[in-house]
Formats: sequence, C-alpha cells, structure tokens
Amino acid sequence: MTGVPPTGSSFSLYRFVKIKVFVTPKKNVLDPQGVAVGHALQSLGLQSLQGTRVGKLIELEVAEADTPEFRARLDRLCRDLLSNPVIEDYHYEVGAG
Amino acid sequence: MNIAVLQFPGSNCDQDAFHLFASGLQLPTRMVWHKDTALGDADLVVVPGGFSYGDYLRCGAIARFSPVMRAVRDFAERGGLVLGICNGFQILCEAGLLPGALIRNTSLEYRCLTCDLAVADAGPAFNPGRLGARVRLPIGHGEGNYRIDQAGLAALEARGQILLRYVDNPNGALADIAGIRNEEGNVFGMMPHPDRAFERFHPSTDGTRVARAVLAARFPEFARPSA
Repeated sequence: MTGVPPTGSSFSLYRFVKIKVFVTPKKNVLDPQGVAVGHALQSLGLQSLQGTRVGKLIELEVAEADTPEFRARLDRLCRDLLSNPVIEDYHYEVGAG
Repeated sequence: MNIAVLQFPGSNCDQDAFHLFASGLQLPTRMVWHKDTALGDADLVVVPGGFSYGDYLRCGAIARFSPVMRAVRDFAERGGLVLGICNGFQILCEAGLLPGALIRNTSLEYRCLTCDLAVADAGPAFNPGRLGARVRLPIGHGEGNYRIDQAGLAALEARGQILLRYVDNPNGALADIAGIRNEEGNVFGMMPHPDRAFERFHPSTDGTRVARAVLAARFPEFARPSA
C-alpha cells in the first residue's frame, strides 16, 4: 500500500497505522463460549485454569496519523459498531504501519 | 392499516412475517428493502427473523446501519409501532430501540422447538387477561440469551415491559425473558416466532393473537377477538 499525501497536510503526519481492536465479553456478563472452551482446556489437563473468556480481534489498517482526534473517532466506531457496550468491553493497540 | 416488512440480505423469515399479516390477519402488507430510506404509509414495521448480514460481528450489528433503519428510528420516535421477531429483536436491541442484548445460548446449541410462554402483564393491550396465561410459539435461534444489567432488569420489571417468559428456559435468558417492549410501548421484540404459528398445520395458532396484541398497543380495534 502506498500512501499519497493529501494536499495541504505535511507528509510526516501522513502514514498508515495498524490497529488491533480487542473485544471481550464484559466481566459480569455470562460467556457461554468461554465456559465451554474452559471445560475443554480442563479436560486437556489444564487443572489450574481459573477462567476463560472468548473475545474477538479486529485488525484495521488506516491511512491516518495517530492523533487524539483520530483516537476519538476510533473510540466512537468501537462503541457504535465493533463492540456492543451492553455486553462487551473493548481496547485497542495502535501501531505504526 | 398498512404493514411494512423489512428485508435485509440474509433475512429468511420475511415471507413468513408477510404471510402472517397478509393472510393470517388479512391486512395490506408490503416488503421494504433495506436500502429504502422511507417507510411510506406504514402503521406497523416488522423486522423479521433470519441472519441479516450473515450475523457477522454480532447478530443485528450490521443491519442496524442499513439505510432503512434510520427511517425505522424516526418512525419509532414518532410513536410508530415496530415489531422485531428473532433476528429482528436482535437488530432492535443493537439499534438501541430496545434495551439489553442477546448473546449465545448457554447450551451453545441452536435451539429449535415449540415453547410454552407465560404471558406477562405488559399493559392494556398485552396481558394474560387478553392473551391467556400462556401462549405456545416456536423458537429457532442460537443467540436468544437475553442480557441486561441489574438496574435495567429492575426497570423492565417495574414498568411492565416484559411481554413473554419461557416456562422452560431454552437459552439461559435472564429472568426467562423471551420478549420485551420499550418504555413508551410502541416497540416490541421477541425471540419466539408468531410468524410460524398461525396456520392449521403450524404447531400452534397463537401467533395471530400475539400479533393482534401488538397491533392493539396503538390500534384498539385489534383488541377485539378476531372473527
């Protein structure tokens, strides 16, 4: 992928960022999938298992600079689409492209 | 009286819902494609069951952003009647038109069976006096496990927003909740399928009464028993 700098913005601010969004069931919300996977792990001998939660990883590549404005937009997208705040939590990692 | 049934890519109970209102209740009914931005002269919007957008991300998460859903939101905010069945219920929760969310069944199984449901007292149109203490409706879902926080559940109970409760909980839903309405009483959602329970060859014909009870929330003529 090649980024073409938009006119009027400095090239140094214009880059690709790679984002990993992690979505997990809220701690107090039942996670039937996590329970089932936990049982399977125990049956494979992991007797020390204390908990299992199954979530999702969503990877994005975006032609943006990592600015506070961009992070605010990303938070909104995470709340509106990528996670359901009623049942899920999210966090993300922003890395250089 | 005009009924609009939404169609998303992956809806598969749209014809069932159409048939319930067009044939079962003999009402003018039409389909509305998810890319439409207007609902026309609809008096009731039905969000049908299925697997809209392949259930990608979460059930109903992507359908919520379909162009037609903006019209549904405006319609609901003006007091228009909306009924979500199964995936339609999931979509209405994702859209924030109903509180709570639906997660994977505790068993992790897709449950497909006919359920006995206790009718809750959810107002003058939808209550045991009108519908009887129980109705029997089919379910078919993998994500019907209703979840809401403690304060939300207390509010649902206090305001009489719970419509139906499973007699024998098939999916782990909190407080056996099978269907709810919004606080204002114009948006209804349920996992069970009234659209699969109105023909003589269906496992029950209670779907007609349930659909009429939803219509009666805004149109009192439907409160009378059907001929």
